[in-house]
Amino acid sequence: MATAHSRAAARLTMSPAVVLLLGWMLIPLAMTLYFSFLRYNLLMPGQEEWIGVLNYQYFLTDPAFFAALGNTLALVGGVLVLTIAGGIGLALLLDRPFWGRGIVRLLIIAPFFVMPTVSALVWKNMLMNPVNGLFAAIAKGLGLQPFDFLAEAPLSSIILIVTWQWLPFATLILLTALQSLDSERLEAAEMDGAGAVDRFIHIILPHLARAMTVVTLIQTIFLLSVFAEILVTTNGGPGTATTNITYLVYAQSLLQFDVGGGSAGGIVAVVLANIVAVFLMRMIGRNLDI
Amino acid sequence: MKRALSLIGAAVAAFLGSSAQAETLSIATVNNGDMIRMQKLAEHFTKAHPDITLNWVTLEENVLRQRITTDIATKGGQYDVLTIGTYEVPIWTKQKWLKPLDKLGANYDVEDLLPSIRSGLTTDGTLYAAPFYGESSMVMYRKDLFEKAGLTMPEAPTWSFIADAARKLTDKQNELYGICLRGKAGWGENMAFLSAMANSFGARWFDMNWKPQFNTDPWKQTLTTYLGVMKDAGPPGASSNGFNENLALFQTGKCAMWIDATVAASFVSNPAQSKVADKVGYALAPDNGLGKRSNWLWAWSLAVPASSKKGDAAQTFISWATSKEYLDLVAKEEGWANVPPGTRSSLYANAEYRKAAPFADLTLKSIQAADPQHPTVQEVPYTGVQFVAIPEFQGIGTAVGQAFSAALAGQMTADQALQSAQALTTREMTKAGYIK
Amino acid sequence: MARAATNRQKLVVTLIAWTIGIVIFFPILWTALTSFKTEAEAIASPPSFLAFHWTLENYTEVQQRSDYFLHFWNSVVISVGSTLIGLMVAVPAAWSMAFVPGKRTRDVLMWMLSTKMLPPVGVLIPIYLLFRDFGLLDSRIGLVIVLTLINLPIIVWMLFTYFREIPGEILEAARMDGAGLRDEILFVLLPMAVPGIASTLLLNIILAWNEAFWTLNLSASQSAPLTAFIASYSSPEGLFYAKLSAASTMAVAPILVLGWFSQKQLVRGLTFGAVK
Repeated sequence: MATAHSRAAARLTMSPAVVLLLGWMLIPLAMTLYFSFLRYNLLMPGQEEWIGVLNYQYFLTDPAFFAALGNTLALVGGVLVLTIAGGIGLALLLDRPFWGRGIVRLLIIAPFFVMPTVSALVWKNMLMNPVNGLFAAIAKGLGLQPFDFLAEAPLSSIILIVTWQWLPFATLILLTALQSLDSERLEAAEMDGAGAVDRFIHIILPHLARAMTVVTLIQTIFLLSVFAEILVTTNGGPGTATTNITYLVYAQSLLQFDVGGGSAGGIVAVVLANIVAVFLMRMIGRNLDI
Repeated sequence: MKRALSLIGAAVAAFLGSSAQAETLSIATVNNGDMIRMQKLAEHFTKAHPDITLNWVTLEENVLRQRITTDIATKGGQYDVLTIGTYEVPIWTKQKWLKPLDKLGANYDVEDLLPSIRSGLTTDGTLYAAPFYGESSMVMYRKDLFEKAGLTMPEAPTWSFIADAARKLTDKQNELYGICLRGKAGWGENMAFLSAMANSFGARWFDMNWKPQFNTDPWKQTLTTYLGVMKDAGPPGASSNGFNENLALFQTGKCAMWIDATVAASFVSNPAQSKVADKVGYALAPDNGLGKRSNWLWAWSLAVPASSKKGDAAQTFISWATSKEYLDLVAKEEGWANVPPGTRSSLYANAEYRKAAPFADLTLKSIQAADPQHPTVQEVPYTGVQFVAIPEFQGIGTAVGQAFSAALAGQMTADQALQSAQALTTREMTKAGYIK
Repeated sequence: MARAATNRQKLVVTLIAWTIGIVIFFPILWTALTSFKTEAEAIASPPSFLAFHWTLENYTEVQQRSDYFLHFWNSVVISVGSTLIGLMVAVPAAWSMAFVPGKRTRDVLMWMLSTKMLPPVGVLIPIYLLFRDFGLLDSRIGLVIVLTLINLPIIVWMLFTYFREIPGEILEAARMDGAGLRDEILFVLLPMAVPGIASTLLLNIILAWNEAFWTLNLSASQSAPLTAFIASYSSPEGLFYAKLSAASTMAVAPILVLGWFSQKQLVRGLTFGAVK
């Protein structure tokens, strides 16, 4: 199949995409790399000077950096676990016959279509606000003290918001995978006396493994750069409780307008993202036969 | 592909061409009520100047600041009129990013602008931005609750009176909180309030050698007073409350006192929005007998970027939007209470305005009490009351605000927050080269 | 007897499913309801669910203040335009990955995906400078270019996983009959891959519609899409929940309706190779 002719054709057809992405990646990356070695504040033009690795030194020794690293991992990990677990639950539910299944499915996928900024604004102001929010009203109605979500459990609250946005995606992919499962296998297992739990662990879960890998990969890509939700709800605080790497880079480049420091942060984030990418690739290699 | 490209090109040309006749001004502005009103009334301007078309970019304050700063610093040239605050004007003027406003017209009456506001927008005797509305901060309180508790609010209260009264008025069972203050982190959020408060305690951001002062006693007093009164008498969730959250609390009758921007007065006294409209009293922001009150000074102002090729038309617009005639126009169309406050002396001499705006007098006194050139009790190397007019301040102020917000949320003690503020400010100032 | 048991079971499942569905949908419903309240009612506590004074004033005011249709149209042009161009570039690439795989195919694919992990804030200034020099600031073409590049990896990957399900022999047969590469892709591959292409198209329109960093930072007045429209209603001084809700409803509704109507097409190809 792989004749010399088709090899050449393959290279030809591949090149537009590769060239475009290479340009998109390399040109800004090269500029960013260059800026990262400069003292370069947007608000003080004309004072740029070469300062070597000072920007990196400051970014990496920033006490907020390790907090941000931890928060990034917690955010990605937390959302992944919740969406996959929730997604499997919802997929199993939607796979069963019940009245109004089509409508319930529409309700469940709806959050995926909402802009992140909008959902963050709605959750923060109209639901989680401890005085005027709906949750507070419910708590008061039940005679409880309203819980101050964004101050007392800031990271968990953000994980909750992001989970709400990505749950539909996980559900849809897992549901499609579930529906491709041969029902005869399940019936046969039932005949053999396997209980519901056994069937779930030994037949359904292995069947969903590939789908879970896909969900993990795609969501990780998007979750690493979660930003709007944090900017709108907590501004990275209180303290550094919800600062992730992306937010830290933002604070450097667009609050401080420290392009040098922000660029160094950007490069660090790129390195971290590539570590994650390598890790994911290994995982994919095992579960997806690409 | 080629045809598709040329089609796209033609479409773009047609799109741009539609406005090629007249001169088009791009105006970037904040989404606050007064600016929205200006946008609505702008048809009066375009009617008088048919050769000028206006394009509005209205954004939330922080997004707007980030957009226009990026644009002006990279000379992107997207805007002809910018809405900027007292913080940006001196920094941008120094970079020669703004055009001097020298074509405002003979009738503009620069002398009528309030001196403390005008001085912040002037460099070497030249005006670089024209104030659209100005604000300070003051105490808004519930007269009915004070009366019930047998308390009398003096016109110029002290911090100890405010703290006592707040504790006495608190009734958490009935969701009544003695005092609502900003807690949400940000240089323009909690730090605007806390820096101004610190001034009245004799604290300052930096000494004359740009060394951060968070390890000094006055800052400790400031923060412990703030945290103490908020813990005893503040609403839940205060660490995420900014202007709007507190406004909503006050308007729904949940705060006995609120210290915030003077423009809030026109919201809380508006019966269409506020449940407590007829019960609000006003007082100057508190002090500690050290000669500085804890009120800030801010003016949203209009300026023209040096890169704009439509400078004359832009100044024509600015002159209209910040003129006395504009104030009359708003009064005629929307009533005196909706006139943008805090920019012109003549407005405060106007009997009709004073009648429609019971808070006019205290707003004026508050604005006059703030002195951005000498904001603190001790000498400082910077200007600005609730900010430090250096480019690094936005980042530093926000990071310090995070630490104080965390202290308010109970995640660290006052001492830890101050230590962390001192450490991070020292770090940033060293990096920026202020501290050798 | 058995019938009754399954019916009772079905009833229980129905109740659970509807409860969960409504809980998940609730924030959106609440936003829509709030958009019909006055500002004072929007912050009233306890909040009223349906028994409030319904009003359309928020919608009239939003429309008066900003040109919704301009923003809407920009969103349409940007999301559809970037997706179509993305497809044009991605189809050939995915073809070669799926049917002429080499040793490096997997690496190339992973590298493409990894470009999506860069934090956009880190490269905003370089991109802004480039856009300024090419005169692309505040232009729809500029935004189409950026969004095409951002979503290209996802498009390539989705198409690749879908193409792989198609037996290579069919394409080979076409080639034997003398079809050129162009004809092979256009007339043999694409018709077979319609479901995959449809869901790729839909998913990317959704992603592009909701992209809020680049669209906000590279636009001003002419090219600003609905994400910028939202930014002009969030957190002004004063009460804003009701107006923000109205603006949010207007920004979200088109894409939500599109998603609902096309959910079958969206789901059919949304497998990323997870289904054998």
